[in-house]
Amino acid sequence: MKGLRIFLGLAGVFAASLAVAQGDTRHSGYQDMGPALQKMQDDDTANPGMLFVQGGEELWNAKAGSADKACADCHATGSMKGVAARYPAVAKESGKPVDLEGRINLCRTEHQKAEAFADESRELLQLTAYVARQSLGEPIAPPDDKRLDPLRAHGEALWKKRQGQLNLSCAACHDANAGKKLAGATIPQAHPTGYPIYRLEWQTLGSLKRRLRNCMIGMRAEPYDYGAPEYLALEAYLMQRARGLSMDAPSVRP
Amino acid sequence: MASALIHAPKTAKRGETIEIKALILHPMETGFRPGTNGKIIPRNIIEHFSATWNGEEVFAMKMSPAIAANPFVSFFVVADKSGTMKFRWSGDNDFLVEEQVAIAVA
Amino acid sequence: MTAPGRRSFIAGAVVTVLPIVSARATPADMEAAIREVTGGAELHDGPVTLDIPPLIENGNAVPLTISVKSPMTLEDHVKAIHVFNEKNPQPHVFNATLGPRNGKAAVSTRIKLADTQQVVAVVETNRGQFWTARADVIVTIAACIEDMN
Repeated sequence: MKGLRIFLGLAGVFAASLAVAQGDTRHSGYQDMGPALQKMQDDDTANPGMLFVQGGEELWNAKAGSADKACADCHATGSMKGVAARYPAVAKESGKPVDLEGRINLCRTEHQKAEAFADESRELLQLTAYVARQSLGEPIAPPDDKRLDPLRAHGEALWKKRQGQLNLSCAACHDANAGKKLAGATIPQAHPTGYPIYRLEWQTLGSLKRRLRNCMIGMRAEPYDYGAPEYLALEAYLMQRARGLSMDAPSVRP
Repeated sequence: MASALIHAPKTAKRGETIEIKALILHPMETGFRPGTNGKIIPRNIIEHFSATWNGEEVFAMKMSPAIAANPFVSFFVVADKSGTMKFRWSGDNDFLVEEQVAIAVA
Repeated sequence: MTAPGRRSFIAGAVVTVLPIVSARATPADMEAAIREVTGGAELHDGPVTLDIPPLIENGNAVPLTISVKSPMTLEDHVKAIHVFNEKNPQPHVFNATLGPRNGKAAVSTRIKLADTQQVVAVVETNRGQFWTARADVIVTIAACIEDMN
């Protein structure tokens, strides 16, 4: 029975990670991995990202801050389904766009009256992994919100802009040469379906911001600082570019 | 905060061979990697993992720096009678984590 | 981008991806480590399966399963599984202790391989037999890796 469930799960992720419409060749980076890594991702009992999901679940249920509230106190069980699939979004509290990490920190400071978690901290990664997990299999659904248009346009411009010592742009590899090999590795289309990811290179879980910094270092460009607005713009553009693809967080990637 | 994730069936038939899977959070720093300025990052690994069933050792593994970070181990055990499976990880820098699960055997 | 630019980029990527290690084990070190376990006893092919992907995209977490066909009775069982590698800085991977309580002699884990190399399993039975299985793994690496900082 478990074998059947794993098979159906595998088939589901595989099918869902393929393009949503005929002629649409977009697919998750899951498709570019060999069977060993696909299996590592699909098996909840072996996916190292699940260690962080477990930690995130504990944080979700723990009271925090001077308001002495847990996330679970406001958010009913199952209410997080689909949430990660529609970020970045404009936050009611600030009127500004935030990514999922930013949204979690807004809840921390505004509603739990607790300190925000630092970028790339274990707690923030655990909570993000837990929330993103609740959107497993959900199609990426960027909000139909005109206020995000300038952000997405900025992200698109950054995506296409040549930069760094090698004068490369993200698009030069991930649009023009996706599917081809670079130094023995397949160039993925770079859709953020599985964040936060367990990247084997990092030997731990990490955010999209970390991956983007990683890309820029690889391109021999100066990476933006962690707080920089460019990350939000890029993520907003990338989620729009990936609309309809299935979420598969926390994914395993080389 | 739990740093280990165990997958074991909650119930089993007497004599049934069941699979146990254990994952634990640990950097498994090999002691061979250079960090900033080329200085070697000191070794920090789990050296020993063991599992007992009602106090009797049923599995043990000596790990080396060649075990991947956030070690995953799976092994099999015959369910003989109801009780507790205990898991123990120990290693460098006085690392010690103990976890347990209850298994009902009918 | 002009052709010379592309070539020098690929050269740059290749230089970056070579792992920097202070020492490298050799196949001789591995054979010496195996001899420590077997005491020089002969290794035979036995009912041992070493399940490992022939190519892995990153050497940091290579899934590995060793399984042995054994009745796992008190009279006839696998008592230990030893795994070695030939090109990491040191030759050991793990030693697992087993017995009749296991019912099935199969262990899975994930290992680190510093480079394309051979992995060797040595299985020890309670009757003093030593069985072996070997597998070759090609290890590749991502083109864009992170600086350590």
